[in-house]
Amino acid sequence: MVVHEIAPASSITERLHRLVVTVDHKQLGLMYIATALLFLLVAGSMAAVIRAQLAVPNNGLISPHVFNRLFTMHGTAMVFLVGMPIIAGLMNYLVPLMIGARDMAFPRLNAFGYWMFLFGGLLLYASYLAAPGLAGHGSAPDVGWFAYAPLTGRAFSRGHSTDYWILALLLSGIGSMASALNVIVTTVSVRCPGMTLMRMPLFVWLMLVVSGMILLALPPLTAAQLMLVLDRFLGAHFFDTQAGGSAVLWQHFFWIFGHPEVYILMIPGFACASEIIPVFARKPIFGYPAMVAATVMIGFISVSVWAHHMFSVGMTPMGNTFFAISTMLVGIPTGIKIFNWIGTMYGGKIRFELPMLFCLGFLAQFLIAGLTGIMLAVAPFNWQLTDSYFVVAHFHYVLIGAMLFTIFAGMYYWYPKACGRMPSKALGLWHFWLFALGFHLTFDPQHVAGILGMPRRIYTYDVGRGWEIYNLISSVGAIFQALGLLCFVANLLVSLRRGALAGDDPWDAWTLEWTTTSPPPEYNFETLPVVRSRRPLWDLKHPEDPDWQYE
Amino acid sequence: MRLCMRTRLGPLWQGRTRALGLALGTALLAGTASAGTPEQVTNIFKPLSTPAESISEVAWLTLAVCAGIFLIVGGLLVYTIIRFRRRAPDDGAEPPQIYGSNQLELAWTVLPILIVLVLVLVTARTIADVQSHPAPPDALHVTVVGHQWWWEIRYPALGLVTANELHVPVSTTTRRQLTFLRLESADVAHSFWVPQLAGKTDLIPNRVNRMWIEPKQVGTYLGNCAEYCGTQHARMLLRVIVHAPDDFTTWVAAQHQHGVAEAQVHAGRDVFFATSCVNCHTISGTAAQGKFGPDLTHLMSRDTLAAGAAPNTPATLRAWVRNPHTLKEGSLMPSMQLSDTELDQVVAYLLTLK
Repeated sequence: MVVHEIAPASSITERLHRLVVTVDHKQLGLMYIATALLFLLVAGSMAAVIRAQLAVPNNGLISPHVFNRLFTMHGTAMVFLVGMPIIAGLMNYLVPLMIGARDMAFPRLNAFGYWMFLFGGLLLYASYLAAPGLAGHGSAPDVGWFAYAPLTGRAFSRGHSTDYWILALLLSGIGSMASALNVIVTTVSVRCPGMTLMRMPLFVWLMLVVSGMILLALPPLTAAQLMLVLDRFLGAHFFDTQAGGSAVLWQHFFWIFGHPEVYILMIPGFACASEIIPVFARKPIFGYPAMVAATVMIGFISVSVWAHHMFSVGMTPMGNTFFAISTMLVGIPTGIKIFNWIGTMYGGKIRFELPMLFCLGFLAQFLIAGLTGIMLAVAPFNWQLTDSYFVVAHFHYVLIGAMLFTIFAGMYYWYPKACGRMPSKALGLWHFWLFALGFHLTFDPQHVAGILGMPRRIYTYDVGRGWEIYNLISSVGAIFQALGLLCFVANLLVSLRRGALAGDDPWDAWTLEWTTTSPPPEYNFETLPVVRSRRPLWDLKHPEDPDWQYE
Repeated sequence: MRLCMRTRLGPLWQGRTRALGLALGTALLAGTASAGTPEQVTNIFKPLSTPAESISEVAWLTLAVCAGIFLIVGGLLVYTIIRFRRRAPDDGAEPPQIYGSNQLELAWTVLPILIVLVLVLVTARTIADVQSHPAPPDALHVTVVGHQWWWEIRYPALGLVTANELHVPVSTTTRRQLTFLRLESADVAHSFWVPQLAGKTDLIPNRVNRMWIEPKQVGTYLGNCAEYCGTQHARMLLRVIVHAPDDFTTWVAAQHQHGVAEAQVHAGRDVFFATSCVNCHTISGTAAQGKFGPDLTHLMSRDTLAAGAAPNTPATLRAWVRNPHTLKEGSLMPSMQLSDTELDQVVAYLLTLK
């Protein structure tokens, strides 16, 4: 097969040009991930300032205005500019490689999605400079990441900060929908010969489900944001309570998006763990069909749980009971997953390489996050816990303790594939222990602060409520998290040149991406692979005992 | 049994037991946290009112169930990690390849279903207990209106209006006394949260919510606005002052008094009425009938200023009137740019509003 090789780029402008015009799924995937990591550093620094302000009571480090902008921008950026694009990056990079395809089904749509996300993100941060407008009102958005009406109405949010929030998310949302559509079509239509749906790696299955959820969840948000634009610019009254609009309507719209969104962020973490744990335990995933079914079940249930964010808005007892039940039901497929991961390790030979360490951290922390989730699902308990620091602790356990840990695991696992070199284990261990320590110092005490009555989103608090020590520990933890993150970034950069050469298959793994070179050529595979089981590389390495004899 | 020839000397077990016992330990610790003076405790596990007690009961049950799950699953996880680590020397053989087990997977699907069933039943019962409780005929009815960033408190049947401090009678075993709250908002969404009395209920504009409390101990209970409502969400504190029945009657009688200005504070009264103060504040029995700000008729009977932003003392009152933004940045009350003399006079007048 004759393959047209592309000459290496020489000058910087040529390289930039190549970045801008690329439609290669791997290049775009790396661009997504690199951009998301930059936003992670920015939004993480904002969190550090928040923790500095809350370290001691009655602190005057920053004004309430600045604080409110910080937590709004931190939350918005972490969800839309870090979580979503990291997922998009992983999907883009790995799905075609794992199903033996040469690229995504729609390469240009793929590029379009990236650029929508990038400019959406830049637009959001441009609000710091541009939102005051001629009238001099406002700065960055300060309405919270879920932007409850009517705080976002013209009467309470003057200037253009809220408009920036709306338009930036609209743009990046369109990008997310484009990449989700692309993943669905790719998975359905360009799998290599022999790759039936039930032979796809779990990673691909989970990303397929996530993409379906994105297509379901994002349009309600987009619609609600357009309604809000109409309210703000054309005098509509959807959410304008002073003219008979409904504040609760916004909450329903937002959480119909917002709750599936939480699983949209978490399931890709499961996807990474489901690839990494088997390889480092040296056993196939335990109960593959159950894992697929559990994921699909989470996808279905996730669209019927949204109002568990609204137990305190005064729904009827029937409504509250319904959403309590539907939320607890999520615990069942999630439990299946945890047991199956443990089942995968049981009887294995666990290798404690970096990706596996982060997955083990994930399992322990996700167990706790799931249990505090059950507590929050008990609606009466939720009346006390909601909007308190307990909730802050819970969702950071999910998003950092579980999701980010698995993302780190995935980064270390696929780094050799993408860069051709191994990440440094020493730096990685520093990263793991510093970050894990910082994470627990920061978020474990917040559960207690919430139980002691500390509401979220307060810029300061008085002496004598019993919250001081928990906040101080929490703030100290932020320092360790920052140090850990620095080790991570340093590792990525240093190993790029100094890491040991990886070879095609450094972890002795089983899925198709490890059959090609590291980094893979633009066309991925010289000849399209043909698979006969879920672990094509196992079959190759063990011709005497291949998987397809058992499946 | 599958075997394979391969050697890979990996680093050994790194040790990871630290993650155990975290959420569990902290939660239990909080449950037994020492009690402070009544007004300093906002621990949800120290309930002193019927709805908070019902919640606390179901919360303890949930905690116990979750602790059990944590111990079992966490124990299994730790055991698996330790027992099945790769040990040196490793023969390089692959472990037996197990693809799953229908019986096991069925078991760990059914068990969670049973647990969920139990939790659903207690949840449904508690929801009904708290939300569907009828108001007895002798219940006290109070309307609470959320404002950016203070609480308007109205007693329609008693004809009283006050702010930021909700006064209610105590409930005793001999005479139960329930207080039903009608929650509204004048601007954006707020949330009424006094942890020892009940869970949160939001105050949402263009909507009426209801909740009830039944405090069983005399004292002051602290709370906060729990829904982000703009700049000074943090300084929107709430006090519920629970009186013995006789004291409550006395308090009501005192609140019915009009604000009468004594002769020596006429100068301050004139300043108050000549500036824009009257546009926003009410002092009953006078021409000041503004509705945007808190009713000041009995200002000096309150413990704090500006919804808990500062203790209510002559010094802080003066600082507040001089420039509210020094005590509560972003407050909707403007500084009236009064001279020092005017400031002294108007504060002297306000100090008579007891």
